[in-house]
Amino acid sequence: MIPVLLQIVTPLVPLPFDGSEEGGGDHGWPPSVDSFNSRPLFDTPGLEWLNNHLVQAVIGAALVIVFWLWMAHNQKVVPTKKQAVGEALYNLLRNGIARDILGHEYRRYLPYLVALFSFILVNNLFGEFFLFMFPTFSKIGYAYGLALCTFVLYNAAGMIKHGPLRYLRNMTIPHGVPWALWPVIIPLEFISNFIARPVTLALRLFANLFAGHLVIMVFVVGGGMLLTSGVLFYGIAGGVSILFSFAIFALELLVGALQAYIFTVLTAQYVSSAIADEH
Amino acid sequence: MVPFEIDFGPLVPEHLSEIIVGIVLFLLVWAVMAWKVVPAFEKTYAERTAAIQGGIERAEAKQREAQDALDRYNAQLAGAREEAARIREDAKNQGSQIVAEMREQGTVDATRLREAAAAQITAERTQAVTELKNEIGGLATQLAGQIVGESLTDDERAKRSVDRFISELEGQTGRA
Repeated sequence: MIPVLLQIVTPLVPLPFDGSEEGGGDHGWPPSVDSFNSRPLFDTPGLEWLNNHLVQAVIGAALVIVFWLWMAHNQKVVPTKKQAVGEALYNLLRNGIARDILGHEYRRYLPYLVALFSFILVNNLFGEFFLFMFPTFSKIGYAYGLALCTFVLYNAAGMIKHGPLRYLRNMTIPHGVPWALWPVIIPLEFISNFIARPVTLALRLFANLFAGHLVIMVFVVGGGMLLTSGVLFYGIAGGVSILFSFAIFALELLVGALQAYIFTVLTAQYVSSAIADEH
Repeated sequence: MVPFEIDFGPLVPEHLSEIIVGIVLFLLVWAVMAWKVVPAFEKTYAERTAAIQGGIERAEAKQREAQDALDRYNAQLAGAREEAARIREDAKNQGSQIVAEMREQGTVDATRLREAAAAQITAERTQAVTELKNEIGGLATQLAGQIVGESLTDDERAKRSVDRFISELEGQTGRA
């Protein structure tokens, strides 16, 4: 049983147990961009894309789905404890984000926002979860994926509501700008609304988690190396470093939750501005 | 081709699969949310709202009912009071009427009795006078006969003398 389990789990754990990979015997020191490389599950050429981080993302999605289905299952008018927890989370998204920003049209976009927030949150928390120790969205591809979805969502929402031409006009010419300024404003608004928005969404999420994970690696891996160096002073420094890493972990929990929230709020904001009548 | 190769570093996805898998997984989660989770929550919320609203409406209906009953009872009470007052008034009127009738009746009776008594008294007096007249006449005659003797036994003359005597007597009493 245990060997089988180990075989399944091993490829998912970020640092190999034997320390053989990622720069030889130095445990991947110093942490770098290469520390974020995925490891393929199989050696077969052409299957490099099927790697540990992909499995992690799948598990994250599965967890989100299972969690919400469990919360939505067998609901009562008078809530049970389980349901109260689910409703507290759900209300945070429904009333705190969707209804506040989108107004009476929130119901249509609510599933998207709930999915977005939960999916990002769970994957961010994987950065502090002992089995994975890796936030999925520090691989920028996943962040691009979500940003692309949001980009499609808000543009589609605006185009369906106003029609493509009117929507383009709404998004590039702010209300009340004199026509003389149009040559300046139109390119600016276009870049801001159609390029900067998705790109910053993806980069913000990615960069926060990437940097956070890098800092954690510095403290934990570096601290571990110092601790095992055999020199007394280094050992003390390593101990302090490892202790301090707990604070960083706490910070990363906050950052992970915050980034999930920000991504969701901005998505709602973009949709709201796309379907708004005037700008 | 490109003069400087810009190194985007970690900004380039390691594998294209990341983007695709990211999108697919997210769409999957979205689908589940839209299909099951959000409708379930919204249904519960709608039911809860309905339950609360229903409770309030039921309470309002009960209150209205109670108010109606109260109004009805108040109206009945007022009606009863009014009726009682009316009955009292009637009774008072009737009572005074009865008293008046009785008084009238009493007066009539008293008058009648007085008249009857007066009539009787008159009759009795007349009778007494007649009797007395006869008796006194008899006695006087007897007395006079005894006094004057035989000559005055003639009834016809005696009777005339007596009548004259009585008339004189009456005349005296009438003047007195």
